[in-house]
Amino acid sequence: MRLFRHQLKWEQRLFWRSRESAVFVFLFPILLFALLTAVYNGHIQGRPAAWGLLAGMIGYGAANTAFAGLGITLVARREIGILKRIRATPLPPTVYLTAVLFSIMIVFAIQVVSLFALGRVLKSTPWPSHLLSLVLALALGAAAFAALGLAITGFIRSLEGSSAVLNVIVLPMAFLTGSFGPTRNYPQVLRAIGAVLPLKYLLDLINGIYLHGQQFWDKPLAIGVLAGWGLFGMAVALRTFRWEPREG
Amino acid sequence: MSAIAVRDLRKTYGDYEALRGISFEIREGEVFGLLGPNGAGKTTTIEILEGYRTRDGGEVDVLGFDPERAGSAFRERIGVVLQQSQLWPNLTVAETHRMFAGYYEHPRNADEVIALVGLADKRDARVKTLSGGQKRRLDLGIALVGDPDLVFLDEPTTGFDPAARRAAWDMIRSLRSLGKTILLTTHYLDEAEQLADRLAVLREGEIIREGTPAELTGGSSETEIRYREDGHEVVIHTSDPTKLLHQLTAEALAAGRELEGLSVRRPTLEDVYLALTAEHTE
Repeated sequence: MRLFRHQLKWEQRLFWRSRESAVFVFLFPILLFALLTAVYNGHIQGRPAAWGLLAGMIGYGAANTAFAGLGITLVARREIGILKRIRATPLPPTVYLTAVLFSIMIVFAIQVVSLFALGRVLKSTPWPSHLLSLVLALALGAAAFAALGLAITGFIRSLEGSSAVLNVIVLPMAFLTGSFGPTRNYPQVLRAIGAVLPLKYLLDLINGIYLHGQQFWDKPLAIGVLAGWGLFGMAVALRTFRWEPREG
Repeated sequence: MSAIAVRDLRKTYGDYEALRGISFEIREGEVFGLLGPNGAGKTTTIEILEGYRTRDGGEVDVLGFDPERAGSAFRERIGVVLQQSQLWPNLTVAETHRMFAGYYEHPRNADEVIALVGLADKRDARVKTLSGGQKRRLDLGIALVGDPDLVFLDEPTTGFDPAARRAAWDMIRSLRSLGKTILLTTHYLDEAEQLADRLAVLREGEIIREGTPAELTGGSSETEIRYREDGHEVVIHTSDPTKLLHQLTAEALAAGRELEGLSVRRPTLEDVYLALTAEHTE
């Protein structure tokens, strides 16, 4: 526990001190939200557009922070030898990874609070009414994306490519699943692709809870699919996660 | 007491035999050098002892642990400088030391370690602003911050300029005087000769010679005598230089000749090393 707290403290310091992570991981969804609410009017799912965009950006933030941000961080640390170096210390690998995951969860939590506050200031969006349900949904979504983030590091060979690869996955996923606005009018094939992606189910949960006053457990299908993606990510990560850079 | 005991250690990668049954022992407080050309198996050996790699055969004892199965208790007692590794560019030297110090039960004071590795005036500098040599000293600092009994140094001065290398050597000598056991790999002969109490020469996964630097140069090799006669270079290798030299000079004196360019030379470690490592690689 002492080691966990020590590592968590340093993970937080590392995150906020790096301009890349602070801007691209933390700030980017917030900036995007400010931009989109400025140009979108009308309604989404029967609610003012800003509400729907807020829900969409929280979902996108989960993917961007817990999946892409975590993946890029771990690939970078692996390729420059930090993960290997950490393995030579008494810090147990599980404690290390747990602290890294918790740290990214903290970043995401601050991001969500900031989005709600910004929505409130800019467009008078309401605070969420079912707070516990929202926290459960976001925790499940972020955990699933973090597992997938761990899994994908095994398939990225170099530091240079990692941010490109992860953004090529996250941005289209966010677009196809409705983070940036409704998908009702998308072609059938794009909607079919969107329907298998984990972000779609996280957005279903967030929309249900925030826009329609539902509870977390009112959407068992979404919970099941997200948990399934998370377990799949875990299973892949256990087989492919590496601590050392590729030789030569 | 031996800090490290290795018997018949074997490792293969696919069809390639990286280590073909090597054995050696390192005593507590000793600086032991593993010397050999690139690809000889130095890094494979050191990484098996550090616990990074599994072995395919043989026995390994490091501080009473089998590194393959050892956990935190083992890692409390070792310090590691990897051949290639970087640290967080945005942390300062002092922060990096404090972060690593937190992983150990009984760490050394971070500022003391920073002073020991000669980074006191860089203590609040970000890691990304350090020179290559300073980064390497930082690597050494974080290897020492847990106050290890045994320090692994994998090619600690590769890529250094001569001044930085001298400074690193001084630092390693000061570690020795603290009573640390040190395993050092290098492909620089002068480094092995300067630092190691004993060394093993590794070639193609086998130890081909082991001993003190003096034993390696003195034991097997012969003295070389060179001079010119009628414009030809004469080179004689002998294990009995006193007698031969006496004969040569007596003959020359009797004939009224001069032994032009006469030189008598003991082989350096470099000669021994090159002769040893060249035998099978041609």
